[in-house]
Amino acid sequence: MHRIFAVFMVCLTCVTSVSAQVSDAPGQSTVETNPAVSTLEDIMRRQEGLAVDEGDRAASVGDPANAQPADGQLGTLGGASDADLWRAFRFNEADITTQARVPAATTLIQDGGMWWLKFRAGPMLQIGVYLLGGTLLALMLFYLIRGRIRIHGEKTGRTIVRFTSFERFGHWLLATSFIVLGFTGLISLFGRKVLIPAFGHETFSFIAVSSKWVHNNISWAFMVALIIIFVFWVVHNIPDRTDLRWLAKAGGLFGGEHPPAKKFNAGQKLIFWAVIILGGSISVSGLSLLFPFEFNLFGHTFSLLNDWGVPGWFGAADLPHPLEPQEEMQYAQLWHALISLVLTAIIIAHIYLGSVGMEGAFDAMGKGEVEEQWAREHHSIWAEEMTGTQTSSKKEV
Amino acid sequence: MKAFLLALVALLVITIGANQILLGIGFSIEETTVSSKNVRLPDQNE
Repeated sequence: MHRIFAVFMVCLTCVTSVSAQVSDAPGQSTVETNPAVSTLEDIMRRQEGLAVDEGDRAASVGDPANAQPADGQLGTLGGASDADLWRAFRFNEADITTQARVPAATTLIQDGGMWWLKFRAGPMLQIGVYLLGGTLLALMLFYLIRGRIRIHGEKTGRTIVRFTSFERFGHWLLATSFIVLGFTGLISLFGRKVLIPAFGHETFSFIAVSSKWVHNNISWAFMVALIIIFVFWVVHNIPDRTDLRWLAKAGGLFGGEHPPAKKFNAGQKLIFWAVIILGGSISVSGLSLLFPFEFNLFGHTFSLLNDWGVPGWFGAADLPHPLEPQEEMQYAQLWHALISLVLTAIIIAHIYLGSVGMEGAFDAMGKGEVEEQWAREHHSIWAEEMTGTQTSSKKEV
Repeated sequence: MKAFLLALVALLVITIGANQILLGIGFSIEETTVSSKNVRLPDQNE
């Protein structure tokens, strides 16, 4: 009995020591020794959006020279693990073979784009809702408080030619293309959040592909129309002293008094220049999105601003430069969407005042002629010029 | 009204025309960025 107990104890000791050796192996942490492993500090910094020194991790992409020989016990396993391979993709260290010729082909993983993705999926949509919803709400309140702006004086029954057929053609080409661009742009921006939950993935796929085609190709009509209205109306939209007086009285929106104005009052001039400058900027950023990687707008702009020290004026660090190809597109997308939302808010106000908001205003673009009394109230200087020099253009109704 | 309808016609003509012109000159992202040769990136100019 004693012998059996002794053998049992010896066996138990051996098993315990072997199991202790086996369990020791996973217990040895490689966090401190392996440069490829993110430390807790790195993870925390990354979550806070702070810069992390990735130098050691970028270099840890394996080494083909360390590969086991093909006739080894386990055969060749290569000199790089899967993790090494993905790190090589992420830090642009992989030897990639591809047919693509775009600059972005060299960047298979762009973790620097996460901020763009987060901004586009969150704050960008909120900005859109606040801007467009806020504008609609403000206009509704304005309508409830102020009501429709009526023609105060007695109507004459006579009309004055306000816009020629070609002017109206340019305006309507711009207006219709902008409205379609606005709707299709909103589908692209809000589709994932709003349309997929409402209609499902398959229906949204069809809507998204169609609206992208329309958005891309109708943009040329917008750019042509932008040039037409600029050429026709720039002369009438140069600011002068009349505009200061008009602005000082807020255009007579609240007091009922109509300050004098030429063909375009200061409010219309502000809309004109907003359309030209913001519309031009939307067009340029749109072209850079339409032909990806052909125009490096933001890299050059950031470089110039850094050279002039502009970020320093606001106590900010230098803007990022040089930008990766995807970053150029990401900045272009954000700029394109933000400026488009701002211009859309302005145009909603313009549409309101040009239609339900003001009696007689729509005739200017609808028929091309306006009631003489309307012209005297809203554009008195222009009306004087027109009635004085072009009496033949007046006609009795 | 005539100006509005003409603008709608122009809108359609420009939209479809622009697409056809871009397709015609081969300026699609596929045609400008893909080669039939499978080469390494540093050899892009070959």
